Amino acid sequence: MNITATLIPQMIAFILLIWFINKVMWGPLSEMMEARQKRIADGLAAAEKGKHEQEMAEKRAKEVLHDAKKQSAEIIAQAQKRSSEIVEESKENARAEGERIVNAAQAEIEREVAQAKEQLRSQLASVAVAGAEKILKKEIDANTHSNMLNELAAKI
Amino acid sequence: MAASEGEMTSVEYIQHHLTNLHVGEGFWTFNLDTIFISVALGLLMIFTGMKVTKNMATDVPGGFQNFVEMILEFVQGQVKDTFPGKNALIAPMALTIFVWVWLMNFMDLIPIDLFPLIASWFGLGYLKIVPTTDLSTTLAMSLVVFALIIYYNLKVKGVGGYLKMFLFHPFGKFFVPVNVVMTAIEELAKPLSLALRLFGNLFAGELVFLLIALLAGGVGFSAMLLIFGPLQVILDLAWLIFHLLVITLQAFIFMVLTIVYLGMAHTEDH
Repeated sequence: MNITATLIPQMIAFILLIWFINKVMWGPLSEMMEARQKRIADGLAAAEKGKHEQEMAEKRAKEVLHDAKKQSAEIIAQAQKRSSEIVEESKENARAEGERIVNAAQAEIEREVAQAKEQLRSQLASVAVAGAEKILKKEIDANTHSNMLNELAAKI
Repeated sequence: MAASEGEMTSVEYIQHHLTNLHVGEGFWTFNLDTIFISVALGLLMIFTGMKVTKNMATDVPGGFQNFVEMILEFVQGQVKDTFPGKNALIAPMALTIFVWVWLMNFMDLIPIDLFPLIASWFGLGYLKIVPTTDLSTTLAMSLVVFALIIYYNLKVKGVGGYLKMFLFHPFGKFFVPVNVVMTAIEELAKPLSLALRLFGNLFAGELVFLLIALLAGGVGFSAMLLIFGPLQVILDLAWLIFHLLVITLQAFIFMVLTIVYLGMAHTEDH
């Protein structure tokens, strides 16, 4: 247990061992571990970024969906409005057409009535003349009295 | 057990186990077993490191690589926690100290008579397989650390700064002679305490193993079988488990103190 010259080889061995361990083991291993650390950090950052992007995309998709819904609702509302307008318009048209037809019919009727009256009137005159001719056969002059009767007929 | 040694007293047994396989005389003694085993363990470390780095996988580390990375990260964490500033040498050095000292300490857990017995078959009279129970090993390591402490003190503080530390620390400028003595003692205590702590712990640990081994030596066969044999096994196992803790702790302490001392050398003021 004395201190001996063993000291010298032991010191050399120690120094060489430190050198070798640094060269062979510590250097490559710690380098590799650093690289791994970096890779993991990068991976985590990329994952974080991806997550963020996904969130953004989701948000955007929601916005788009919302817009689309709003638009479709607008379109539907417009269509409904338009359809009711069309219905109203067609109702209006129908009513006007009906009125027109009724008016035309009435005018026709009036015209026919007037025609019938005219016919009646003209016929009445001849009937009355014929009746009067039969009653007053001999003494009445057909020409003089037909004028008088025509005037009478005009008063009807 | 000292069965292969023939007739030996307890004292002879212990002395035999505490003698290195050596060549040379006096100071110029080379403890071949110490050198051989520590170098072998160092080579084991280097080849293990080569094997790990050759097959290393960046993405999914396998079982052994995981284990090595765990130790590496542990050491790195210690250095990060205790060492101020940056120095690329400190961390690999700390790793080397931790693993090498642990491996050398671990030799203590191998049954103490096994390797001397095997050595005796090859005609080697003495063999001491725990390099850290040789003061030369622990002192060699602490002297390297000491040299680095001085080197970094000079590098970081400059020659003037280092001298100033001796002159004006710890009591200020009015106690220069006291300061010189105090600082010199403080600085010299660093390598000495490092070396002696490790050596003392491991030496004492080995001695306890020897004493436990001697327990059943001198008694009769039946007494040995019934009482001392089991007792020896239990004591040995208990001390083994406890010592496993001690060797790890001592390796850790050596590493941490090295980091701390070198860290102190890197800071301008204490």
